[in-house]
Amino acid sequence: MKSLILRDLKLAFRSGGGFALTLAFFLIVVMFVPFGVGANLDLLARIAPGILWIGALLSCLLSLDRIFQLDWEDGTLEALATSPIPLSGIAIAKATAHWITTGLPITLAAIPLGYLLNLPQQSYLWLFASLALGTPALSFIGAFGAAITVGIKRGGLLLSLLVLPLYIPTLMLGAQVASTGTQNPTQLLALVAAISLLCIATTPFACAIALRANLR
Amino acid sequence: MSLWEYANPAKFMALSGRILPTLTIGAGVMLLIGLFWGFFLTPADYKQGSTVKIIFLHVPTALMAINAWLMMLVASLIWLIRRHHVSALAAKAAAPIGMTMTLIALATGAIWGKPMWGTYWAWDPRLTSFMILLVFYFGYLALWEAIEDKDTAADLTSILCIVGSVFAILSRYAVNFWSQGLHQGASLSMDKEEHVDNVFYFPLLVCIGGMVLLFVTLVLIRTRTEIRARRLSALRAREV
Repeated sequence: MKSLILRDLKLAFRSGGGFALTLAFFLIVVMFVPFGVGANLDLLARIAPGILWIGALLSCLLSLDRIFQLDWEDGTLEALATSPIPLSGIAIAKATAHWITTGLPITLAAIPLGYLLNLPQQSYLWLFASLALGTPALSFIGAFGAAITVGIKRGGLLLSLLVLPLYIPTLMLGAQVASTGTQNPTQLLALVAAISLLCIATTPFACAIALRANLR
Repeated sequence: MSLWEYANPAKFMALSGRILPTLTIGAGVMLLIGLFWGFFLTPADYKQGSTVKIIFLHVPTALMAINAWLMMLVASLIWLIRRHHVSALAAKAAAPIGMTMTLIALATGAIWGKPMWGTYWAWDPRLTSFMILLVFYFGYLALWEAIEDKDTAADLTSILCIVGSVFAILSRYAVNFWSQGLHQGASLSMDKEEHVDNVFYFPLLVCIGGMVLLFVTLVLIRTRTEIRARRLSALRAREV
């Protein structure tokens, strides 16, 4: 499993900067918001946590098809399915590698991007914490969506349609933690973490069922 | 004699063919009585005027919108565990009906909301959850359409339905945190029925019963169509 994670990481780093692309997309989404709503600093400060969360979510979505697609096309996935690791283990490894190459950089990049959006001082910590605890859920749910659509040609749009509704609870709670008006962010933060843990614990099995159905 | 006998498509077709006429008539009669009773024989509410009467469409469709998804969930579980094709087809058949019920519930709610709340739409927890349910229906239906192999499609949509159910429930409660303090307590609460006067309560019950029968009837008809389509493609495959 460790070697599988390392292999995916190497592939992401060496094949044309997989995660640089995600970050560039994140930057562009965030940059577009002032273009769209105007550069009013008060307004930006108010919507900044939501924008950063939605940006993180979309950037994450963009790289989802890469989790299984390439391995599916060249047959690696079939080879992996016959390996001693169960398919759910493979799903965990893949989702973890995806998180390291997208969720983690996004979380780190959100801090400077928050400055661009005039994020209020006290929100930085909460934004960082909510993204750090919330993005694993995005990767694991995304891996499930990717596993379902792996056999479909041009499944990108369908993948978004399937995965985005599943992101709703994470987004709602996560963005809420980072927004300034919230009374007790720790409680919500715990819920975000709970969703992530739930996803880590359960989606790999769903992933395995979906992959098995696709491989049959 | 067990329930699983009807997993056999031939037996399912025979039974459903036999009970369909009764069900259809029952659904039609109950809906007619309920709606006529509700629309014409109940007094106007002292606060809401005649707009209150939309409850006779709104509540039954909203109930069925959720129950249709529950039925799909059960059917999906049966497919994954026991691999009865009728079950997978029934889940497929129920989805568009559930989606339509969701749309009707949202539309009637909006029509009622304009004169009562002064707005067609508010980001109220209950309204938002229904919008989310609608999106889940979209995804489920789109997945059925996208996959060519029938068994793979049944497998993948079933697992999506199960995972989707978990997240739909999560969303339902996450919404409460999210719109906290944003909206006054204007949501239609479920125990409202207990406050509704008997004048409204009984026709509402008839309407709900009629809508349940209508749903069962439509699911049976659509499942029969799916089974026939399956048989047709099997025949075609044999000819080639």
